Amino acid sequence: MKKTVLISVLTASALVAAGLAVAQSGTSGVRSLRNAPIDEVAEVPGVFHQDEKRFGRNYRQQPPLIPHTISRYQIDLRANQCLACHDWTNAGDRGAPTLSMTHYLDREGRQLDRVAGTRWFCTQCHVPQADAPALVENTFRSTAGK
Amino acid sequence: MSDNISKGDRPGIIRRVWNFLTRPAVAITSGALLVAGFVVGVLFWGGFNWALELTNTESFCISCHEMEDNVYAEYQGSIHQNNGSGVRATCPDCHVPNDWGPKVVRKIKASKELYGHFITRSIWTREKFQEKRLDLARNEWRRMKSTDSKECRNCHSFEFMDFTLQENRAGQNHQKALDEGKTCIDCHQGIAHKLPEGYLEAYREVAREVEGN
Ligand code: HEC
Ligand code: HEC
Repeated sequence: MKKTVLISVLTASALVAAGLAVAQSGTSGVRSLRNAPIDEVAEVPGVFHQDEKRFGRNYRQQPPLIPHTISRYQIDLRANQCLACHDWTNAGDRGAPTLSMTHYLDREGRQLDRVAGTRWFCTQCHVPQADAPALVENTFRSTAGK
Repeated sequence: MSDNISKGDRPGIIRRVWNFLTRPAVAITSGALLVAGFVVGVLFWGGFNWALELTNTESFCISCHEMEDNVYAEYQGSIHQNNGSGVRATCPDCHVPNDWGPKVVRKIKASKELYGHFITRSIWTREKFQEKRLDLARNEWRRMKSTDSKECRNCHSFEFMDFTLQENRAGQNHQKALDEGKTCIDCHQGIAHKLPEGYLEAYREVAREVEGN
């Protein structure tokens, strides 16, 4: 008999405690995505667009930055769509700058007719730029003296 | 046994049907015939169009795993599936002609796809699909090239494009394409699916072949 009373008292207090905890978290524990207050309109992060200007180089051997969008171009083991415009066989027709001849040199220094395997994945070296504010401060000083 | 009608007295089934169809009806009124014919006609034509539309939906296209696992999976996230303007082009929008005649012709050609699915299982696995995809792509390129990219032009047309609103490269190249009589597929291969090895050479071969004729 004593045991039953003890158990019921314990269960009841546990229930009350749990209820209180739930009620508490109802006001302060809930967080929205991006941590905005739940009763206010959330600020949507800005949309930044691709810079389309031709960029100057900051050091002599810099791979030039890409002045156009590239998000939909396939570059994988099977195909490289950049070559449809930039390969020496197509660049004239497409009005795009031809790959410089360094892109046709394999690692033994042989001149190839097709783009070298070491240069296949263009975005290892070439990247586009967006008009977004820099995420970290850039302390690079250009050797161009600018 | 003996009370059976002997074979010689009664015409065969084909003869009987032929007689029924060719002799003027005497038991039914012409009105009833007309109404019945009309109702059956409506049902038949409606059913035909219904079936035609049913087989012209994305969910029908991807009811075969070959489509769902390969081309449909690759189409996810492509510009015709996900974009800022909220317009979506689904499989039949690009792959089935809109006009009635060519549409029915394409549907009949699709029987080869059924054959490949049920009998030869020609692209049953990813590997088999990869092996065949250049040929399959060639078929689509050939169709697009020879119809001046008709399915693209159901939505896009040079006449309605404002080149000044496009990216520099696009504006310049569209003007050039217009002047030189190029068609969409001449530049835009692989916009919704992955490209196989050697795609550009293969496309140019197809283009030469079509232009030669
Ligand atoms: C439709 C044709 C086309 C495709 C495809 C293309 N480009 Fe370009 N690219 C151009 C044109 C045209 C320019 C010159 C743009 C200008 O002068 O403003 C250019 C410029 C560049 C430049 C700048 C060169 C310089 O000297 O400043 C780089 C780098 C570049 N592209 C890389 C790429 C990469 C990487 C890809 C593939 C992801 C690619 N491009 C795909 C047409 C193309
Ligand atoms: C290993 C790094 C690397 C890779 C990979 C690479 N490039 Fe380059 N690219 C460079 C460098 C460095 C330059 C500038 C120096 C030079 O011209 O060699 C350059 C120059 C260029 C230029 C300008 C040529 C000119 O004469 O103005 C274009 C266009 C270009 N790359 C496109 C591409 C494309 C397209 C690919 C992919 C097929 C690619 N690059 C792959 C490093 C790379």
